[in-house]
Amino acid sequence: MKEKGNPLLYIGGAISGVMVALILVGYVWTPYGPTAMDAAAKNQGPSLLHLLGTDNFGRDIFSRVLSGAGTSFFIAVCVVAIGCVFGILIGSLCGYFGGPADVILTRVCDSITAFPSILLALVVVSIIGQGTYNVIFALGVLFIPSFARIVRGEFARCRDLNYIRSARLVGVGKVRILFSHILPNTMPVLLSAVTIGFNNAILSEASMSFLGIGIQPPYASLGSMLSDSQTYLGSAPWYALSVGGAIALLILGFSLLSEGLQRRAQRDQEV
Amino acid sequence: METEPVLEVRHLNSYYGGGPALLGRKSARKQVLHDVSFHIAQGEILGLVGESGCGKTTLSRAILGMLGDYGGTCDGEIIHRSRRPQMVFQDPFSSLNPAHTVGWILEEPLRVTGGLTAEQRRAAVEEMLVKIGLGPEFAQRRPWELSGGQRQRISIASAVITHPKLILADEPVSALDVTIQAQILQLLVDLKKEYDLSYLFISHDLNVVYQICSRVIVMKKGHIVEENTVDELFAHPQHPYTRQLLAAAE
Repeated sequence: MKEKGNPLLYIGGAISGVMVALILVGYVWTPYGPTAMDAAAKNQGPSLLHLLGTDNFGRDIFSRVLSGAGTSFFIAVCVVAIGCVFGILIGSLCGYFGGPADVILTRVCDSITAFPSILLALVVVSIIGQGTYNVIFALGVLFIPSFARIVRGEFARCRDLNYIRSARLVGVGKVRILFSHILPNTMPVLLSAVTIGFNNAILSEASMSFLGIGIQPPYASLGSMLSDSQTYLGSAPWYALSVGGAIALLILGFSLLSEGLQRRAQRDQEV
Repeated sequence: METEPVLEVRHLNSYYGGGPALLGRKSARKQVLHDVSFHIAQGEILGLVGESGCGKTTLSRAILGMLGDYGGTCDGEIIHRSRRPQMVFQDPFSSLNPAHTVGWILEEPLRVTGGLTAEQRRAAVEEMLVKIGLGPEFAQRRPWELSGGQRQRISIASAVITHPKLILADEPVSALDVTIQAQILQLLVDLKKEYDLSYLFISHDLNVVYQICSRVIVMKKGHIVEENTVDELFAHPQHPYTRQLLAAAE
């Protein structure tokens, strides 16, 4: 279909495309080992040998950023997947059937969103312990309400439309109505929610790791690296700059993408 | 006309509101239909006219058993002598699922009814698309690529494709241009002959009713005030309200 006048979608797509491509490459190949130390090359500035310089142990920062972004990316994808799947389940049932269960679940979701998510993630992690998978679990659960709310709204909107009524009249089963008739109609909204959620997941994970409650050494994510780099802000500023730059580019790309998707969805609805 | 009716409605009363109290406030129960009785004979197009808010749409919802969706209840007898009737809605823009192709939309009732292979279903869809004057290539189109008249053809087709005996058409042409109206009415008449259908044709437009219906019931504030053949009704309206409607349509 025509994509005239939607530069956000293109720019966002290009930035996040490049970032994701780099991250995927980083899973299989990095210029140096992300944990390989080279005593002869400590605290070096960016050069052709070390694109983004080296840190105080002589580790190549470009390789570290690649693998750290990889960790963050993996966590964000898992978090969004958990939030999305359970959000769709809860939101679709609440939106379509309504009733007391809907009221209760909606209030529960509201009260979860009322807390600062970092605080809640802190509580969860301190109960179940640290570690990559616990972080994913904690953030994933916290991401369910935002998806559930969006999906619920869309299902409640579609529930009383004539095409859903005629589907009921023909005798289409409830599950089929929910997932074959209504769900495809929520896709534009859901897609932009997924990209926003992805951003939030990257940021939340980075904040948690920055505070030291996320990914634990020797594994590194963008957040824990940003935390490390503070110490060397004077001697190796390129460390903090490249990690921060990677976070900023990821977020920027996906924000633009989400905005672009939203505009396209709006335009489609106007047609 | 002496065959058994496809639908008989006896002493139907219907109400909105008065359901379980929400937040301690009980909504007032409002009676919408008062002792409504009529029948639709096999192969007949029964017109149902009346001003907006008189209960026409409520009646069709009651017949389809959809009143509960709208917070309504009813008592009385509704006797169906056919498989579940289907419905054609007024607004052709909300009656087709925008996320799917026309082919998918037409195939869905057949998938649900079962008994046909994928190949047979596709053939049935193509046949139906030809019958409604659009052609098989429309199976790949999406609803938002179609005009109002084309959409209404598709929604009629999706109601007819499972071969019901009775179709409830709630103002099926009032959202369309006059020239398109005539085409859609012709399509309804053609399909009726082809599939031996009966219609309950709900409309506020007496000219349209005169063109297509054989018998008419006139409804006012939930009561049936007059019931007659089209010719009699238009020539010798008995009830003052009917005369008023006729005068307004001149």
